[in-house]
Amino acid sequence: MDSEYFFELLCGGLVKGSIYALIALGYTMVYGIIQLINFAHGEIYMIGAFVAFIVSGVLTLTGYGGPTVLLLAAVIAIIYAAAYGYTLEKIAYRPLRAAPRLSPLISAIGASIFLTNYVQLAQTPDFLPFPELITDFDFMEPFSRYVSSVDLVILVVTTLTMIALTVLIKYTRVGKAMRATQQDAVMARLVGINVDRVISATFIIGSALAAIAGVLIASRTGQINSAIGFMAGIKAFTAAVLGGIGNIPGAVLGGLVLGIAETLGAGYISSAYEDVFAFGLLVLILVLRPAGLLGKAVKQKV
Amino acid sequence: MTHFKRSLVIGLWFMFLALPLMVVRVNTLNHEIEWRWANMLWLGFCAFALAWFWRASTERRAARQALGVAAGRPLLAKLSWAQRLSDDPALSRRLLLIVAAAALIFPWVVSTSQNFYHVNIMVSALIFVVLGLGLNITVGLAGLLDLGYIAFFAVGAYTYALLARNFDLGFWTCLPLGGIMAMFFGIVLGFPILRLRGDYLAIVTLGFGSITKIVLENSEELFGGAAGIAGIPRPDLFGLVLDGREKSLYSYYIVLALVALTIFVTNRLKNSRIGWAWMALREDEIACVAMGVDMARTKLSAYALGAFWAGLVGVIFAAHNNFINPDSFTFMDSAMILSMVVLGGMGSILGVIIAALALKLLPEYLRAVAEYRMLVFGAVMVLMMIFRPQGLISNLRRKYERAPADESDGHGK
Repeated sequence: MDSEYFFELLCGGLVKGSIYALIALGYTMVYGIIQLINFAHGEIYMIGAFVAFIVSGVLTLTGYGGPTVLLLAAVIAIIYAAAYGYTLEKIAYRPLRAAPRLSPLISAIGASIFLTNYVQLAQTPDFLPFPELITDFDFMEPFSRYVSSVDLVILVVTTLTMIALTVLIKYTRVGKAMRATQQDAVMARLVGINVDRVISATFIIGSALAAIAGVLIASRTGQINSAIGFMAGIKAFTAAVLGGIGNIPGAVLGGLVLGIAETLGAGYISSAYEDVFAFGLLVLILVLRPAGLLGKAVKQKV
Repeated sequence: MTHFKRSLVIGLWFMFLALPLMVVRVNTLNHEIEWRWANMLWLGFCAFALAWFWRASTERRAARQALGVAAGRPLLAKLSWAQRLSDDPALSRRLLLIVAAAALIFPWVVSTSQNFYHVNIMVSALIFVVLGLGLNITVGLAGLLDLGYIAFFAVGAYTYALLARNFDLGFWTCLPLGGIMAMFFGIVLGFPILRLRGDYLAIVTLGFGSITKIVLENSEELFGGAAGIAGIPRPDLFGLVLDGREKSLYSYYIVLALVALTIFVTNRLKNSRIGWAWMALREDEIACVAMGVDMARTKLSAYALGAFWAGLVGVIFAAHNNFINPDSFTFMDSAMILSMVVLGGMGSILGVIIAALALKLLPEYLRAVAEYRMLVFGAVMVLMMIFRPQGLISNLRRKYERAPADESDGHGK
C-alpha cells in the first residue's frame, strides 16, 4: 500500500518534472549563450498555451474535433511562440548586448510584465477551460491509477522532443554553431559564425519547447490563465539552476528532480508547502554544490 | 524606399503576431467566436509608422554627426543636468532646501480634513523610496542582486504586527526592533549564500522571498494565514487622540524623517571605508579580496544594512495601513523595488528617489487608464533599459583624471 502510494507520487512527479524540464531547456540554452536570465520565458510558455486554446476553440466551434485539432493547435502554438520569442529577443535583449549585466535582466522583467498584461487585455484575466483533446486510450485502463492517458502523452512527447533537441544540437550545423557560440562568442564570430543568427535560433528553439510544454500542461490541468507563466517560469528556472545553468542534460535532470521532490514533499508532508520544497531543495543544493548538479565549477582566473 | 519596405515588413510582422491573441476571442460559455480585425490593422499601422519614424530619425542623427565631424567639431558628450548639478555644490544645496521645504508643506497644500487621499498615496510612495534606498545598498553599492528583498520588509511588518498584538508593544519600541529583526534575518540568510555567484544568488534570494510568503500564507495561528493581521495600532503620539487626517499627516512626517535619515546614512556610507569596500567588491571581487578586504564581512554587512532599512520601513507600513497580509509581499514588489534601483541608476541616491516616486505615483494617478498601466509600466521598463541602460542618473564617480566624454562606459559588469 505504502509503496503503491509512493509509486503514484513518483509517476506524478515524473510528469510534472518533464514539463519543468521542457521549459528549463529554454532558460538554460539562452543562458548558456548570452548569460541572460530570460524572465519572460514563462510568458512565452503562457502565450503558447493561449494560442493553442484559441486555435482549438475556433476549430471545435466550427465543427472539427479529435486529435487532428490538437496537433494543428500545437503546431500553430509552436509557430507563434517561436515568433514571439524571436521578436522579444530583437526588441528587448538585442539592443542591450553590451549593457551592464543587470540591464537585460530588468528589461526581461519588464517584458514579462508587458506580455502578461498584453494577453490579459487582449483576451481575458479569467481562467479559461482548456478543451480535453486527448481522449483516454483503452490500453491505459489497467495503469490509470498511476499514469493517465494525458500523462502518457506528456511523457512520450517530452522524451521525443528531448531526443530531437539532442540530435539538433549534436549533429546539425546550427547546433554546432550554438555550441561554438556557447564556448566562446568572440572566437565563434572570428571563424565566421553569425552569432546574432545563432542567438535568434536559440530563442526560437527555446520558445518552441516552451510552447510544447504549454500545450501539454494546459491539456493536463484543463485550464489556462494569463498569469500561469510566472510560477512556471520561476520553477523552470529553478530547475535549470538546479541542474547547473547552461548545461542541457542538467536542465532535464534538474526538472525531473524538482518535479519529483515537489510531488513527494506535497504527498507526504503538506501540499500547501509544495513551493517551499522546491525552493528549499534549490537552496540546499546550491549551498552544497554552488554550480548545480551537473554544472562545472567555474574557475576564476585573474 | 528601402526604409519604406522594411517598415512595411515590420508592420506586417506585428499584424501576424497579433493575429490569434488580439483578433480572435473565443467565448467558451456561449460558444461564440469574436473577431476583432480592427485591432490587427491598428497595431500593424502603428508598428509601421513607428519603425519608419525610428529609421528616419536615426538616419538624420547620423547625418548630423557626420556633418559635425566634417566641420571639425569634437563629439563631446553633453553633460547631464544631474552631473552639472552635483558639480555645483551651492546650487545643489539650494535645490535641496527647496525640495525639503516642498516636502514639509506638501500635505498641508493637498489635503483637507475630508480628503487626505494624496497624503496617503505619498506615504506609500515614500515607503518605497526607503525600500529603494535600502536595496540600493545591497544591489547598487555592493552589487549583490537580491530578488527577494520584499521578505525583509515583511519581516519588519510582521514583527510589529505580532509584537503589538501579542505583547502590546508600542510603535516606537517596535520600530528599531523591526529593523534589527530584519537585519538578523539578512545575516542568517546571507551566510549560506556568500559563496554564490551573481545569478545563483538572484535565484536563491528569489526562493527565500517566495518561501517567506508561502510560510506567512500557510501558518494560520501564528501569522494569520492568507487573511493577514488586522487592527494593527497606528503610531502613537504621546497618547494624543488623532483623527483620520492627523494620523495620515503623522505617518507622512515619520516616513519623511526616515527618508531623510536613510539619505543621510546612505550618503555617508557611500563615502566611508565600508562603502568603498562594497563598490570595490562590485567592480571586481578577486582584486578586492586580494587588496585585503574581508569578503564575508563586507557582503554580510551590505546584506544586513539593506535588510535593516526594509525592516524599519516595514514597521511603518504595518502601522500606516492598520492591516497586513501576505499579498503585499509578492515577487512583483521585489521586482518593482529592483527596477527602482536600476531605473534610477545603480548606486545613485537621487536617481533612486526619483525612480521610486515615479514608479509608485504614476500608476496611482494613471488610474484613469488603469487597465493599461501595467502594460505601459512593463513597456517603459524595457524602453528605459534600451535607451538609458545606466539609469536616470548614472552613478557619478569621482573624476580625477577621466575626461567627461567617456563617462558612459564607466560601469562594471
